[in-house]
Amino acid sequence: MSSVRVLVGTRKGAFILSSDASRKSWKVDGPHFAGWEIYHLKASPVNPDRIYASQSSGWFGQVLQRSEDGGKTWEAAGNQFLYDGATGTHKWYDGSPHPWEFKRVWHLEPSLSDPEKVYAGVEDAALFESPDGGKTWSELPGLRTHKTAAEWAPGAGGMCLHTIVIDPSNHDRIFAAISSAGTFRSDDAGASWRPINNGLKSNYIPDPDAYVGHCVHRIAMHPSRPNTLFMQKHWDVMRTDDGGENWREISGNLPTDFGFVIDINANEPDTVYVVPITSDSHHFVPDGKLRVYRSRSGGDEWEALTKGLPQQNCYVNVLRDAMTVDTLDPSGIYFGTSGGQVYGSPDGGDTWSAIVRDLPPVCSVEVQTLL
Amino acid sequence: MIQVVLPKNLQILAGVGRVVEVEVAGPATQRSVLDALEARHPALLGTMRDTVTKQRRPMIRFFACEEDLSDASLDSPLPQEVNSGKEPLLIIGAIAGG
Repeated sequence: MSSVRVLVGTRKGAFILSSDASRKSWKVDGPHFAGWEIYHLKASPVNPDRIYASQSSGWFGQVLQRSEDGGKTWEAAGNQFLYDGATGTHKWYDGSPHPWEFKRVWHLEPSLSDPEKVYAGVEDAALFESPDGGKTWSELPGLRTHKTAAEWAPGAGGMCLHTIVIDPSNHDRIFAAISSAGTFRSDDAGASWRPINNGLKSNYIPDPDAYVGHCVHRIAMHPSRPNTLFMQKHWDVMRTDDGGENWREISGNLPTDFGFVIDINANEPDTVYVVPITSDSHHFVPDGKLRVYRSRSGGDEWEALTKGLPQQNCYVNVLRDAMTVDTLDPSGIYFGTSGGQVYGSPDGGDTWSAIVRDLPPVCSVEVQTLL
Repeated sequence: MIQVVLPKNLQILAGVGRVVEVEVAGPATQRSVLDALEARHPALLGTMRDTVTKQRRPMIRFFACEEDLSDASLDSPLPQEVNSGKEPLLIIGAIAGG
């Protein structure tokens, strides 16, 4: 019998939500790492009982945790993230040069084929790789040392490498997104990188269609169609069908095209989900209504999904790593809010309910479909 | 034996109680005590001081015998009372926030 396990990172610990395939009745386990910020948890697709967690704190820095039993027990793994070679500078908020400084791991992306290999996207932006299940880490410096890197500048949340997408048909092709440098692609397993931001327009930077400097919030790929990616940019929802060479806007009839999350139905590669947020100054949903928007045409035309979601007096945000989809049929959709609710839909977004509603602010949500 | 008192979050991380005992050769210093503590409990690596420079993390403080030793040299001898195990070295997560 299939089941699902939802991994929730919050500002004050991690929680694991479990259900059978009906996704109606849930067990809530946690907090794990109580009191610590858990930016992200993610399991190896090759060994689903191996879960990695990024644990951090302003006091105690970065810790990396690993579970070998599906989150029942944890052990501290390696937490030494040293940039490879001279670090140089990037732009600070005032435009002045600022030295690269490691702050935390934002995102963990286990290899699609090797249970020992895992990538980490960090702030200040860089990509690290571990060949031994997180015990040791080394930087893939080609990204941080790209010729444009001195011009990169942090977004409001910091200069973070927050999204790592591996092409399932060619594991050497990796996409990464950095706030606020933009989207990058490697075709050689992370050794070298080039910006892929053609078609993005950002009116909040001096050159709206600059080569780099776009505040990309999240990118998503359906595994069956690796040349098509969807993007939630700071403002604008975008799509590419040529592996990032060219992007076009698909915001269509969204009430606002600012937001953080974007994800794709596991069974329908043209069914895309976003959660529109009022604006970059109002980090909450518009009109006091929590609405997921779904496009079944790969963008441009969007419908509001509201059944089971609060439609008055709701002022939460949904952060970039806080939406995920399971691979059951129909696909389950999950997201977590700044108000501590984790909502789930067992029917592709038609109906929603709160799996749990009083957690600390949610940073990330990932789901495992267990067979 | 040197007595070290850890903040709650580090107790949980290392799977230990409030007080941890460590042994160091010769007169105890911040460096030798933290070296011994990290060797015995590797989960604490990087949580109190930088793994390369060995500099204290900004929001960690070291107190002993009612003195703030946070900015003392890493290699200065700790007070005799700490060295003898009569008084603990307190590792503190600085008070911060609202």
